[in-house]
Amino acid sequence: MTEPILELRGVNKSFGPVHVLHDVDLVVRPGEVTALVGDNGAGKSTVVKSIAGIHQIDSGEVVFDGEPVHIPGPREAATLGIEVVYQDLALCDNLDIVQNMFLGRERGKGGFLDEADMERAARETLASLSVRTVKSVRTQVSSLSGGQRQTVAIAKAVLWNSKVVLLDEPTAALGVAQTRQVLDLVRRLADQGLGVVLISHNMNDVFEVADTIATLYLGRMVAQLPTRDLTNTQVVELITAGRSGDIGLAKPEVATV
Amino acid sequence: MTAQTPTKNAAIADFGIDTTSRTPAQALRDYLDRVRGGELGSLPALLGLLLLVIVFTVASSTFLTLNNLANLLAQGAGTTIIAMGLVFVLLLGEIDLSAGTASGVTAAVMALHFVKNGNLLGGMGNTVFLVFVGLLVLAVAAALWVRIWAGAAMAAVAIVLLALGVPPDPWLEMLLAICVGTAIGCLTGVLISKVGIPSFVVTLALFLAWNGVVLQLIGNGGTLSISQSPVLFAVANGNLSVAGSWVLFVVAAGGYAAVVLSRHFGRVRKGLVALPTVLVGSKVAAVVVASAVATYLFTVNRSPNPDRITITGVPYVVPIILVLLVVGTFVLDRTRYGRHVYAVGGNTEAARRAGVNVPKIRMSVFVIASSVAAIGSIVYSSKVGSVDPNAGAGNVLLFAVGAAVIGGTSLFGGKGRVINAVIGGAVLATVQNGLGLLSVGPAVINIVTGLVLLLAASVDALSRRRAKATGH
Repeated sequence: MTEPILELRGVNKSFGPVHVLHDVDLVVRPGEVTALVGDNGAGKSTVVKSIAGIHQIDSGEVVFDGEPVHIPGPREAATLGIEVVYQDLALCDNLDIVQNMFLGRERGKGGFLDEADMERAARETLASLSVRTVKSVRTQVSSLSGGQRQTVAIAKAVLWNSKVVLLDEPTAALGVAQTRQVLDLVRRLADQGLGVVLISHNMNDVFEVADTIATLYLGRMVAQLPTRDLTNTQVVELITAGRSGDIGLAKPEVATV
Repeated sequence: MTAQTPTKNAAIADFGIDTTSRTPAQALRDYLDRVRGGELGSLPALLGLLLLVIVFTVASSTFLTLNNLANLLAQGAGTTIIAMGLVFVLLLGEIDLSAGTASGVTAAVMALHFVKNGNLLGGMGNTVFLVFVGLLVLAVAAALWVRIWAGAAMAAVAIVLLALGVPPDPWLEMLLAICVGTAIGCLTGVLISKVGIPSFVVTLALFLAWNGVVLQLIGNGGTLSISQSPVLFAVANGNLSVAGSWVLFVVAAGGYAAVVLSRHFGRVRKGLVALPTVLVGSKVAAVVVASAVATYLFTVNRSPNPDRITITGVPYVVPIILVLLVVGTFVLDRTRYGRHVYAVGGNTEAARRAGVNVPKIRMSVFVIASSVAAIGSIVYSSKVGSVDPNAGAGNVLLFAVGAAVIGGTSLFGGKGRVINAVIGGAVLATVQNGLGLLSVGPAVINIVTGLVLLLAASVDALSRRRAKATGH
């Protein structure tokens, strides 16, 4: 098995008196899709934000590419090669696809833009992901569908040679065909050797693309197991009760916070 | 690429339909689709301008005379220039209500320096002078804090000019006015971007305050005349020589053609998205021919008494506006800074997450707006030949915002270009000038101007709604 690209070891995080994450372990391997599931309030977003540098962890270790790292902010996360695609898709409607993909990291010398270079790179990236459905890379983002917008946001991560991509509910607001399209893209990201973390509420999506499933229950990581060893029912039990048969928390009482 | 498309993904079209070149017919159809989808740009303003010109030509025999058209340009230039700076502020969805009276302050400082023979300390009095210098120092500090180096440098130049007590010189006085404008912008900008007061409130307060400063500098009922200075007076009233006019034509039209065509063929050669060559070519040809005709007409003697006086040449305000237009457009379209301005205006949160320094961008647009407004104030003061306590007050700001909006700049941010301000300024100047010729009185002029602005804002709001509905 490949070495993990990103690992959380015993991460704790509190917001004031509320202990949100209890000794959370998570392993993300390159070339794999790791699904992060859990009920509302289980701590999924907190895990993502801790990795993205938006929240600081209280204790525990974040290991990136074999090295323990400290991530003080989003910029440092990006420098390491960690890219987050948020649910509300941070795209500028009034800019086109190329402009959005390069926003904040425009190419060019001395403050002047090199449009030719950026347009070519954007087109190559989209082509490498077999991204379709867009008439021109100079289309304004405002005229794209939800799935296409999601695609642009994800392609941005590839363009910048990220090593880990965190996707927060990428299919939440999408129709059937668009969901299909985004899931295919998620799979291709992993096939290109990136470590992908997929947060989702949708069990169908998770079982379709994930290689491993990590379940959070009330701030505890109750199980991270290969998808093939789990059934849909078991995952639902893990999400709702924290245990399923022999898997998960040993004693359900422990879970009372 | 189409061949590789797996059949199981039949619902998905191919990025292979990504086209870089279209036929002229396709390009025109795409353009019409965009217009129908609510992306009107300057189209309504241009149609409105055409309509106004036709109406006034029919209604007044003097409207379409060369002399009146040149006069119209000079009349509208000041407001138009202020509007060009305001475009930057409007692009962020912010507003600068103080740009008018701030420009009045810069004009007053310039005129005071001229009238008092360079003795600003004597002209202002010790207290006012010290407060003034103190504010300039604050402006430098603010600009340094947010790391707007150009703003800090310009404001520092104003301090140096004041401290050295330079002798009266029209060029230095104009530089002083612009630098004071920059300093004012630094103060406005820091209050909005760092202290976090809404721009509407900050600039409303400053609108009043700067108006008071102008009154303080000039004195109640006073007027500072600058018409004795040949240079200051010529800014809005002088013309290029006939030869100079043709040089301007060659530089401007030739430069435009060279830049547009070389860019177009460069894109085609590199296989990038480009408009059809026919369309680009005809656009360039149209601009070159139109400017040639305009230049020729300006070189004809347009004096009302052609036997006694000769008035020829392109007014100086034309090259002034052209330079600002070129620089402003270049900054917005071709620099990282301009891209970030659009990004912050389109989605501030997205820009912030992408690593754009939002407070710096937000402050910088006010610095630009006030600096450019100072240039506008030089032009409008030159036109009337004096600065009075009402400089920049009254309708100046409202007309400037109106010009930008009428030209197609969105009040909601993220959409607009510097050329919008020029076209909108032309519309407003035409309304003012045309109705003035019909001698209908200020009541009607104000009502009509107000309605034109209302119409433009409605077009903006409706096109936005349509854009939402059609997904453009």
